[in-house]
Amino acid sequence: MDKEEAVTAALEIDRVSHNFGRVQALKEVSLTVPRGGFTALLGVNGAGKTTLFSLITRLYDNSSGSIRVAGYDLRRQPAQALARLGVVFQSRAMDADLTVRQNLAYHASLHGISRRDSAARIEEVLAQVGLSGKSGDRVAALSGGQQRRAEIARALIHSPDILLLDEATVGLDVKSRSEVLDLTRRLIAEKGVSALWATHIMDEIQPTDDLVILHQGQVLRQGRASEITEGQGLTQAFLDLTGVAI
Amino acid sequence: MSDIAFPLRSWITAFLGIARRETLRFVNQRGRFLAALVRPLVWLFIFAAGFRAVLGLSITEPYQTYVLYEVYVTPGLCAMIQLFNGMQSSLSMVYDRETGAMRTLLVSPFPRWFLLGSKLVAGVVVSVIQVYTFLAIAWFWDVSPPALGYLTVLPALILSGLMLGAMGLFLSSAIRQLENFAGVMNFVIFPMFFASSALYPLWRMRESSTLLHDICAVNPFTHAVELIRFGLYMQVNWLSLAVVLGCLAGFFGAAVFMYDPAKGLWARRKGVA
Repeated sequence: MDKEEAVTAALEIDRVSHNFGRVQALKEVSLTVPRGGFTALLGVNGAGKTTLFSLITRLYDNSSGSIRVAGYDLRRQPAQALARLGVVFQSRAMDADLTVRQNLAYHASLHGISRRDSAARIEEVLAQVGLSGKSGDRVAALSGGQQRRAEIARALIHSPDILLLDEATVGLDVKSRSEVLDLTRRLIAEKGVSALWATHIMDEIQPTDDLVILHQGQVLRQGRASEITEGQGLTQAFLDLTGVAI
Repeated sequence: MSDIAFPLRSWITAFLGIARRETLRFVNQRGRFLAALVRPLVWLFIFAAGFRAVLGLSITEPYQTYVLYEVYVTPGLCAMIQLFNGMQSSLSMVYDRETGAMRTLLVSPFPRWFLLGSKLVAGVVVSVIQVYTFLAIAWFWDVSPPALGYLTVLPALILSGLMLGAMGLFLSSAIRQLENFAGVMNFVIFPMFFASSALYPLWRMRESSTLLHDICAVNPFTHAVELIRFGLYMQVNWLSLAVVLGCLAGFFGAAVFMYDPAKGLWARRKGVA
């Protein structure tokens, strides 16, 4: 059995802390995203979600604790760990002046996938996200929802084990939000990828989802959403835990 | 950092992908290409023509005879193109960081020194194309170095382009917002250009101020200019070569340090990533 088969968690974060100067942004954060699961990371703006994503993607190094992606330690084996991550950032990360295909080919090359191999893969992932006819369109010409789906296609291009989606529905209308969320859930069901979905929108979380509540840089609760809410609504449960209403 | 065991072709693929993106952006921004050409041409056609009568030049290495001011100033204008190209790359790095596009690059499994180096090399290719276009136009203005000089200047252009690009890379790591870029123009680019041998020979500087001469003599841009000047006449200025290589290593090392997630300003600032 190889290492990846033996690993049950797609992402393991163990007692991770991070400071920006004297400000402690994350305090002893621990959480686990199981393989093939959808884990929602819920927190208000400023809770530390984006900082945590920046650490998982190694934009910053964590000052303490450990992060393992598909069993690979992010500090000691960063290349192996990053190769298994697909990321959709909160802010736009695609070049608006280039076409969807050019953006995806660029991202594929950053994972060492040749142009010849990436050509077929680009069509495949665009079909998965419902943008088959849009590969030649400039990103700037796409709607907000389509741009988000294109970002997901970009994140999928190298067949990652886990998708990180940081507030992926921010700025989208209700229909587009629903499409992006449904797409992510479908990818988990059909392709077996895992997802860590950061959000501050309660409606995006289902009772059967794994839920992590992050507040002021600390994990307050982790478990099945229905268990955390204990029969009351998620909004009330969140308010009880944090003292803050979303 | 342990690098994943990527085969060589994957490294080449990643480099070509970065180079292709830079080229596409360049092609999409034709105005940038024109601006990069117009700037030195204005200097050559107007400034040099005006100063031709005022600035007398004695025989200076590598020239074997008296040369027109236009001929003297041309290597400096080639370096100017590369200086502005380096700053343009730096500006686009800061812009990419502000818009979030930089993250796509930095979450690649390839090591950061390789990603930054690939971006640097791609930028230099663009600047070398700009310089040769400028030299082709300057040829019609009686700036005609030996034919072989167009070939022997290539290594000098690559090295000076790398040094100035690495400097831009380093500056981009220290600049937090696009708004701060005006400060870079005023405090870095203009002093670097004017306090150099690009427009006047160093002996001319000494005549007016020893201090200014000494500042010009230690300015890395002076050595980029001299490396190009000697290269155009099939010679090597060894001192300039050493300074350019040293500064290239220094600037690139500093840039890699600054972009390291565990070190430099990158690690301590919220919102830079």
